[in-house]
Amino acid sequence: MNMVHNLCRLLFFALVVRPLTLVILGLNVRNRGRLPEAGPAVLVANHNSHLDVVTLMSMFPLRMLPKLRPVAAQDYFFRNALLKWFALRIIGILPIDREMRSRRRDPLSGINESLQRGEMVILFPEGSRGLPEQLGDFKSGVAHVAKKNPEVPVVPVFMYGLGKILPRGEALLVPFFVDVFVGEPVPWEGDRNGFMEHLSSSMTTLAAEGEFSPWE
Amino acid sequence: MNFDILSMEVRWVLGTIGGLLVLATIIVRFLIRLRPEVDFASLSQRITSWWIMVGMFTFAMILSRNISIGFFAFISFLALKEFLSLIPTRRADRRVLFWAYLAIPVQFYWIYLEWYGLFIIFIPVYMFLLLPLRMVIIGQTEGYIRAIGTVHWGLMLTVFCLSHTAFLLILREAGSPGDHPGVGLVLFLVIMTQLNDVCQFLWGKSLGRAKILPKVSPGKTWAGFVGGVATTTVVGWQVGPFLTILDQSQSLVAGLIIGIGGFVGDVNLSALKRDLHVKDSGSLLPGHGGILDRIDSLTYTAPLFFHYVYWSFDWHTFGLSLGKQ
Repeated sequence: MNMVHNLCRLLFFALVVRPLTLVILGLNVRNRGRLPEAGPAVLVANHNSHLDVVTLMSMFPLRMLPKLRPVAAQDYFFRNALLKWFALRIIGILPIDREMRSRRRDPLSGINESLQRGEMVILFPEGSRGLPEQLGDFKSGVAHVAKKNPEVPVVPVFMYGLGKILPRGEALLVPFFVDVFVGEPVPWEGDRNGFMEHLSSSMTTLAAEGEFSPWE
Repeated sequence: MNFDILSMEVRWVLGTIGGLLVLATIIVRFLIRLRPEVDFASLSQRITSWWIMVGMFTFAMILSRNISIGFFAFISFLALKEFLSLIPTRRADRRVLFWAYLAIPVQFYWIYLEWYGLFIIFIPVYMFLLLPLRMVIIGQTEGYIRAIGTVHWGLMLTVFCLSHTAFLLILREAGSPGDHPGVGLVLFLVIMTQLNDVCQFLWGKSLGRAKILPKVSPGKTWAGFVGGVATTTVVGWQVGPFLTILDQSQSLVAGLIIGIGGFVGDVNLSALKRDLHVKDSGSLLPGHGGILDRIDSLTYTAPLFFHYVYWSFDWHTFGLSLGKQ
């Protein structure tokens, strides 16, 4: 069964995702060399569209597919059986429980285990897709991950365009080029607030690298 | 346009371009070996991009007629996408932009049918009337004129103008409908347009002083313009009769049209980029910039050259089977 899922996943990314992101859309990646070549690593990106995850994933070679683990909200993606199957088996998400009331289990433990397995974890610290093409505040979960795994590189990635292509609440895809800016890894220096400030400021700097026409 | 129907002259020209690229690649490899302290990264990137462009163009031209039409449709798609990604657009207009994209398959379908009448009016008339209707239904009036104006202007430039290259490719003469003069004509148009870009640049570099359009394109000079147009005209006069169905005097005029048109197409896009404060229109072609940077001159030379050729001969093409004549 696992082999069938892996094959489905591979075919989905090779025949649907890549033609979509690389031909219909098209990526302009600045500083591609800063992307980690292997796990364990954490990619931190801004979130505007359902396409964010697959776009990030298509910047890596297909053979790395089993190692790529986007973190996604359990309450959203486990709404029905088909969506759950798609999220877990095809996209390969690490489900996170946003509404965990009982604190018996650390909600981020799945991420730590994944990093220990040498995987590449993709995190959207804005929490939700929010307003199209606007950078929201970062939630501090990413600082907990960095604290627990101080030796793992945390690489910020800023993406522009996907919120125009497929924003929240829209089903029609309109092609635009996507600009991707990869930053330097943000080191953990023992201080949660300092880490979050450093991360936010590198994201803002990356966003300022591109000169984008208004989209109102 | 499969390989069998390519004329000997077209094969010669394609072979020569391939040979020049091989030569350029060898020279750059040699330079890298000889002068390791100099950075040739940009130059070799540029040559790699040329290989890809020339390779794709050649394959698209020789594989089949429909692949060629599809290739030009795809170039139009890339150009329109780059244009719409570059300019300010309104969030409310996503559906209007989607309709603008839909014009591409329709426009190239007319070419596939060889239906000249619809090819020539579909975007200037029908899309011109349709897009405002779609925008009005959405109902956002703030920024309306700018929004509808920019979208249709981009559609005209990147789809309508460029699609003339594809129609040129499928032209067939009334006297000999079995022949395919289009391959030679397209090759002539594309090579002369690229040559004109290079010549204007080289003439301007070597003896340019008086600026021709200082506010739009400070690098362009009168010497570059005049020298470029003259070189393109002379080369066109010599190459045209060899590669195409044009005779010597027609080739001379065609060279002049491409020389002047190419300059205008270039500065037209320069003005757009200057307005938007960008240096390149994109980064699709490493070392060259975006697709619009590469085809800017072609947006003018393609329709101008097409109509010159179109008025100079009698054509078989155009929807005879659809009851039109």
